[in-house]
Formats: sequence, C-alpha cells, structure tokens
Amino acid sequence: MAKEILIYAEVTRDNYIHTVFFELANKARELAEKLENAEVNALLISKRGLAADYREAFVNSGITKIYTAEGENFETYNTDYFAKAAVDVIQEIKPEILLIGATNQGRDLAPRISTALHTGLTADCTGLDINEKGQLAATRPTFGGQLMATILCKNLPQMATVRPKVFKPAEQNFVKPAEIIYKEINLENTPKNVELLEFQRKLTSEINELDSAEIIIAGGRGMKNEAGFNLLKEFADKIGAAVGASRVAVEMGLASHEMQVGQTGKTVTPKLYIACGISGAIQHTIGMDKSEKIIAINSDANAPIFEIADYGIVGDAFEILPKLIATGLSK
Amino acid sequence: MKIVLCIKQVPDTSDIKWTENNTIQREGLESIINPYDVYAMEAALKLKRSYNNIEITALTMGPSQAEDMLKKAISVGVDNAILLTDRKFAAADTYATGKTIGTAIKTKIPDFDLVICGQFAIDGDTAQTGPSIANTLNISQVTYVQEILSYDTDSITVRRELEDGTEIVKVKLPALICVLKDYFEPTRAKINGIIKAQNTEIKTFGFEDLGLAAEEVGLKGSPTYVSKAFRPAAKDTQCQYCSTVEELAEKIKLCGGLNG
Repeated sequence: MAKEILIYAEVTRDNYIHTVFFELANKARELAEKLENAEVNALLISKRGLAADYREAFVNSGITKIYTAEGENFETYNTDYFAKAAVDVIQEIKPEILLIGATNQGRDLAPRISTALHTGLTADCTGLDINEKGQLAATRPTFGGQLMATILCKNLPQMATVRPKVFKPAEQNFVKPAEIIYKEINLENTPKNVELLEFQRKLTSEINELDSAEIIIAGGRGMKNEAGFNLLKEFADKIGAAVGASRVAVEMGLASHEMQVGQTGKTVTPKLYIACGISGAIQHTIGMDKSEKIIAINSDANAPIFEIADYGIVGDAFEILPKLIATGLSK
Repeated sequence: MKIVLCIKQVPDTSDIKWTENNTIQREGLESIINPYDVYAMEAALKLKRSYNNIEITALTMGPSQAEDMLKKAISVGVDNAILLTDRKFAAADTYATGKTIGTAIKTKIPDFDLVICGQFAIDGDTAQTGPSIANTLNISQVTYVQEILSYDTDSITVRRELEDGTEIVKVKLPALICVLKDYFEPTRAKINGIIKAQNTEIKTFGFEDLGLAAEEVGLKGSPTYVSKAFRPAAKDTQCQYCSTVEELAEKIKLCGGLNG
C-alpha cells in the first residue's frame, strides 16, 4: 500500500475550503516525491455534500483522495466532534504525515489529535522536508524567532502545522478529480460541552486586511501613543495600505492582536512594508521579511530593522509622517 | 469553584545574547512569567473578585527556581501553589508536558472545575500545551479566550477573539480555557499578600509522586526531538538611506505603485 500524506482541509465558517489547504497540498506533493511517491490525500470534516460540491475545486490541489466525515454534527466547527472524527479516520488509514494549517481552528484541533494519538506535533513550521531516513524534518522558529530548530518525530503520524502564506499553492493545472471516500463517525460517547451562543462577524474590511494588502504600514514602540497610530492610519488611508503592529505596540494597547505581525501574530508578504518606529527584533521580522520591499522609518540609526530594509530614513516618525501625508501620495 | 492556573517561567526572549558558537547564552538570561500566563492569572483573579468560594491553585513544571514565580502569584491573590520538579521531567515536548501536568491535576486536585492556561508561551510559542492538558484530563477546551463573561455553578461563558469575528460560547465544567489577552491593569501585590507568600508552603511533587512510567515523562516521553538548532540566516540587503522626506516619498511611490 502506498504511503499517505494527509492534509486537513479546513472548512471556514462560510463553508469554503481554507486557502492554506491548497498551499499545504502543493508542499506535500513535493514531499511525496521523496517518500516513495506517497499519495497526498485530504481529510474533510463538514456539512453533508461538501466533498461532492467541491470535487472540482479539489482538483486544483492535485490530491488523490478525499476522506470525508460529513453530516449535521459537523456543520460548524467544535473541538470535541472534529477531534473525534479526525482521530477515527487517522487511526484507520494510518498516514505517515498529517499537515494542518496553523489557523485558529487548526491550532485548536491539532494538539487534540496529536495527544489522542500519542504522537508529536511541530507548530508553525516555516520549512518542511523529508530527510535521508524518510522522516519529516520540520523546521520552525523558537525563542522569539531567534533560533531555528529542525524537529523530528518518533511516532506516526508525524504532525505539523503551518501558517497560511508560508507555502504557495500549485500553479499548474490538474485534471483528475479526487476519489471521495465517506467515513461514518460514531459520536455516541462524545459529549458536546461547548455551545456557541453568539457570533459577531468582523466587517469585511477588518478581515484579512493584512493578508491581502499590497502595502502594509506598521507601527512599533516608537509610535508611542494613540496619536502616533492615528498618524499611521491617516497615511495608510491615503495610500490604500493596511495597518499592522509589532507585539510591543499590541502590548502597549495601541493596536489589536489581529493587527500583530510577527511570531505570535501574522506572517505577511505585501509588495511594500513600511515599518515605523519598529526596532526590528527577530520576533517581528520573521513575520514580514519576505515582503517584496521594506522601508524603515526609525529615529535610532542602529535599529536592526535597517539591516533588512531596502530603503530607510533615520528620523522621528512623528515628524516624517505628517510630511509624507502632505506630499499628496495616493493610491 | 476550584481553578487550576497553569503558568510557566520563560526566558526573556527580547534579551537573548549569543555565544561565539552560535548557541543561546543561557547564563544571566532573565526569567519572567510568560506574559500570556499573566493574562490567565488576571482572568482567574477577576473571577475570584466577582464570585464567592473561588479557590485558585497555581501550578508549574520547571526547575526549583520557579518557586519564586509561584510565590509572586500568591502575593497577588492566588491561594495555593504546586511545583512539579524533577530531573526526569526535563526536556519534555508539549505531549509529555501535557501528560505530566494533566496527570498532576488529575491526582493532586481531582475535584478541579476549571483549568486556565495562557494561549502561548513566548519561548516555544506552540499553543499546544493547553489542549494537550485538556486531552489528558479528557475535558473540553476553549482556546483564544479574551474574557470570562460569567460563571454559573456548572458552566462558564466566555468571549473568543478569532480571525473572522467574536464568539460567545458557554462551556460545561470541568473544562480548560486558553487565555489570549484581556484589557486589564495587572494586580499589584499588597503587603498582606507578600506576607502570605512568605508563609505559604509551595507543594512540590516529583516523578515518584505522579505514578507515571519513566518512558512517559521528559525527553523519553516526548515523541518529538530536536535534530538541529541553528541561527536564522541574515537577509543580505543593503539599506539605501534617504536624506529627505521627499526622497523617501519617491521610494514609497515607486515600491507601492502609487500616484502623486
């Protein structure tokens, strides 16, 4: 029997397949070549009919099979039911590797699965490879991004989570639709202890702003106060940029956690990243150093942000930003 | 209600220095309480201020120096403290850590109602230990909790902050929650608290006290292991400095494809 690499196909609240699935599937096909041409398959836990509805969309991921557990119990994500379904399917098919997107849902679910299966899980990997012994070599930043560690796992499946946008989805076209394999899950002994009372959706403009923005302007400790962030926002509005923040700025209460870029925040890859009053600690730069161009504004000429910047200016952002706003730059 | 508060001492990652061999210089590295665990602690203390009969036990696994952190927790209002310390526990990954802490809770505080953890620790940043403890205890979990809204004998209601919006969820107790961040003023120790911390015994348990096998804890009990660690490669970029704002604006226009 062919070895299998299984990818968790996360279903969003609106019943879309999360983009991170396609990124992981593409990476997995590369790993599969080094693993005796293992099969790359998807695990889909969803409302009834989704696997069939999305059979066309799944073609773009180049996977072979979709294992699906579906039904009214799986209409919205809940940890207890989804973990039970995932564990049952995995115990039956025994994949070598299981990859999950490091989203809110993925980070909630993955450690439940790995602990129940008594296996290891490497979080937030930035590199995946197969080593000479055929093991998954998962590389991730640790110690606030100041150290990279390559981690191996003794048990199966070898599990890893990867954030969205770390890998790229496939560019070529596939033609062969995946085979759908339905799995029945017995939830009789699985209590559902968490009840969703209310959900308030973010405005579309707030969601994924950082993910899709071509320009990000981000502030750090040097933006000091609310007035500083208001300056950022004013300039961002003019040039059609999204506003990001460093962890320090979030801890200072100047920005929300969703705006945070870096190790405990988001990974972003815009066309242009403008860092204002951000010193450039690795825990921040790890989330933005793949931006096409980086411009740094900082009053400290020795700030490490200048080491990764393409262009920079040494000066006070509180003086520079109003002048930039006044130049009339616009989108 | 009995709350178990899981906290961790971490190195201050904003202050890491390197040896000549590119390894982290651990001597003189200052230890702090993981910032997310401070939020967890405040969430527990807030419950204690709002409801009667709330007892908080802080629990940590680590070297004996972690006692200082537990004493600080007591000085701000935590009632009891447990330290899990043993050479055999060392180098545990999140699976072994979850198992050890989960087993300690099961055996030492079997009548617990709520376990509160920080969402991440800033050293490992895996966000895995909380769910792993919950799995060991066979209880439900709620992650990304921003605020505990209310407590009602057999359940709590919490607010979760997620990528796409805000959820209000009710979870039956016993349960485990992972706390992201709350807007709060950290509780300061009062003189009574400091005296209480001096007089409270930190209960210490080792490997022998938990009834686990040697293959279940520490490095031996960890499915994952580090095969190599290295310093991230520096990006090879030469920064071109602008001397005027006009010059800077020109670069922004060029890189961002802007008008003006």
